[in-house]
Amino acid sequence: MSAIADSPPVVVLAQAGKGYWASVWSRLIKDKVAMTALAVILVIVLAAIFAPYIAPADPFKGSMLRRLKPIGFPGYPLGGDELGRDMLTRLIYGGRLSIFMGVLPVLCAFVVGSSIGIFAGYVGGWINTLLMRIIDVFFAFPSVLLAIALSGALGAGILNSIVSLTIVFVPQIARVAEAVTTQIRTRDYVEAARVSGAGAFTIVRMHVLGNVLGPIFVFSTSLISVSMILAAGLSFLGLGVKPPEAEWGLMLNTLRTAIYSQPLVAALPGLMIFMVSISFNLFSDGLRSAMEVKQ
Amino acid sequence: MLGYIVKRIIYVTPVALGVSVVCFLLVHLAPGDPLTSVLPIDATAEQQAQMRAIYGFDRPLIVQYGLWLWKVLHADLGNSIASGRPVLSEVSRAVVNSLILAAVATLIGFTFGSLFGFVAGYFRNSPLDKAASALSVFGVSVPHYWLGMVLVIVFSVQLNWLPATGAGPGGSDHWRPDAEHLRYIILPAITMSVIPMGIIARTVRALVADILAQEFVQALRAKGLSEWGVFKHVVRNAAPTALAVMGLQLGYLLGGSILIETVFSWPGTGFLLNAAIFQRDLPLLQGTILVLAMFFVVLNLIVDVLQTALDPRIQRG
Repeated sequence: MSAIADSPPVVVLAQAGKGYWASVWSRLIKDKVAMTALAVILVIVLAAIFAPYIAPADPFKGSMLRRLKPIGFPGYPLGGDELGRDMLTRLIYGGRLSIFMGVLPVLCAFVVGSSIGIFAGYVGGWINTLLMRIIDVFFAFPSVLLAIALSGALGAGILNSIVSLTIVFVPQIARVAEAVTTQIRTRDYVEAARVSGAGAFTIVRMHVLGNVLGPIFVFSTSLISVSMILAAGLSFLGLGVKPPEAEWGLMLNTLRTAIYSQPLVAALPGLMIFMVSISFNLFSDGLRSAMEVKQ
Repeated sequence: MLGYIVKRIIYVTPVALGVSVVCFLLVHLAPGDPLTSVLPIDATAEQQAQMRAIYGFDRPLIVQYGLWLWKVLHADLGNSIASGRPVLSEVSRAVVNSLILAAVATLIGFTFGSLFGFVAGYFRNSPLDKAASALSVFGVSVPHYWLGMVLVIVFSVQLNWLPATGAGPGGSDHWRPDAEHLRYIILPAITMSVIPMGIIARTVRALVADILAQEFVQALRAKGLSEWGVFKHVVRNAAPTALAVMGLQLGYLLGGSILIETVFSWPGTGFLLNAAIFQRDLPLLQGTILVLAMFFVVLNLIVDVLQTALDPRIQRG
């Protein structure tokens, strides 16, 4: 990840007759791994959105007579959980909160972090130094520790978990944004725009944003995987979603005692987290190589 | 060299102060009166007033911070609410167990990670290289707490080879390097090693590929040096960066061990943090996090200095 901060990707603008994003897409669509990853993400997201229409059962209604049923038990395609609820249904519904809580912090951090980074990089001078030294302080905490410290202090809850993770990712995105902006700011065409009398706002909007947002965007997509694991991890610790809500991390936690009776069922929610996380990682890798075309 | 070390220490001091500010503010971040978080719920009004004076909660925030920092600098992290014992002694007992686990995990991760990285870097685009990249993607994508559960399911529940939880027989909370205790560390250490293994494999692969493409390697081969001799040069050139990554990974593992320690009931700092969070034991939470973050800051400093010492090409200002 630091490799990006050190050397912002060289982005080739507009190939003959095609927009930049169109050419990125045409390269990306040839990348089988990235496309498979994207398909997996889309299937899980669509399933989560349309959960009420496709889930076979009610995610909250269980039967104490049918607790911890194995995979393939009649009426329970993926088994039953510790309260006799249908696992398949809960895994489909679980995608709603799990993906929401994994993606939203990165989105928020993208907005806040790139604003801070671009501002710091553009104004430069002591304001930049001050902001970056504050950012350094947050880098002194390993991400997991910072996330747990913040949500531990704030207390359990969906909102607190999202706020904590946003705070974890803001410094990382800000640092990348600052590095790229600082590099762009000294380019000749920005200098030319300044000399010709363009205001700071115009320069940022016209010249900086277009060149800076791409690399920050790629970096941010690579954070979604970490964010998914951390968000589910907070719920796993009891710091995120509260029962009886369906969320993969929480489900993994409540099924921990079932590893002796129904080990396969108990491992399913973690498999979902893993599938989404690795798909985001692979898609992000593909996006990076599609966007970074070295000249 | 000495000048460089001094410069680094001067640079690190504001960061360390910043870390202490963040840790200090954690207690104030908690909803409600900070007093309620350092007192049992059934405290009398008199006890509350007493506590308010001790902690200085009636004074301005900056004064409180100064008082708190002064105590911290004198090795006083306050007392745990749950146990009443000094936070520092609780943390130092737990941190040893965490360090052992993180060190073993880093060692496993480094050994296998560099092995895979070297093979992948030497045979680029071969099936071995593909396997090594798959391993590093797996390492950074797998929710490690889930991997821990899966390993417990396979090796403890199904095969019954290794214990599922704890640091030793009979709920021992002091890990010792003997055969009995060794069985307990295997699963948590392997679980934890997957992240650094992937990251180190990726780093070493890039390093080796980069070094092999350099002209001096060609020159070494041209003068007739054996492949083994060339290999030694590659190792020497890759070592400083690889070791630096390993050092940082140790810090990340120590700070990020809470989830794995919870899965395996490992009596370390993660376990302590978990307890602190659920008992709303904020002094313990604050103290543990401060110790872990400071450890990370110091580790960063050591890694930086060592890397410079190992690699004379790095000229830093």
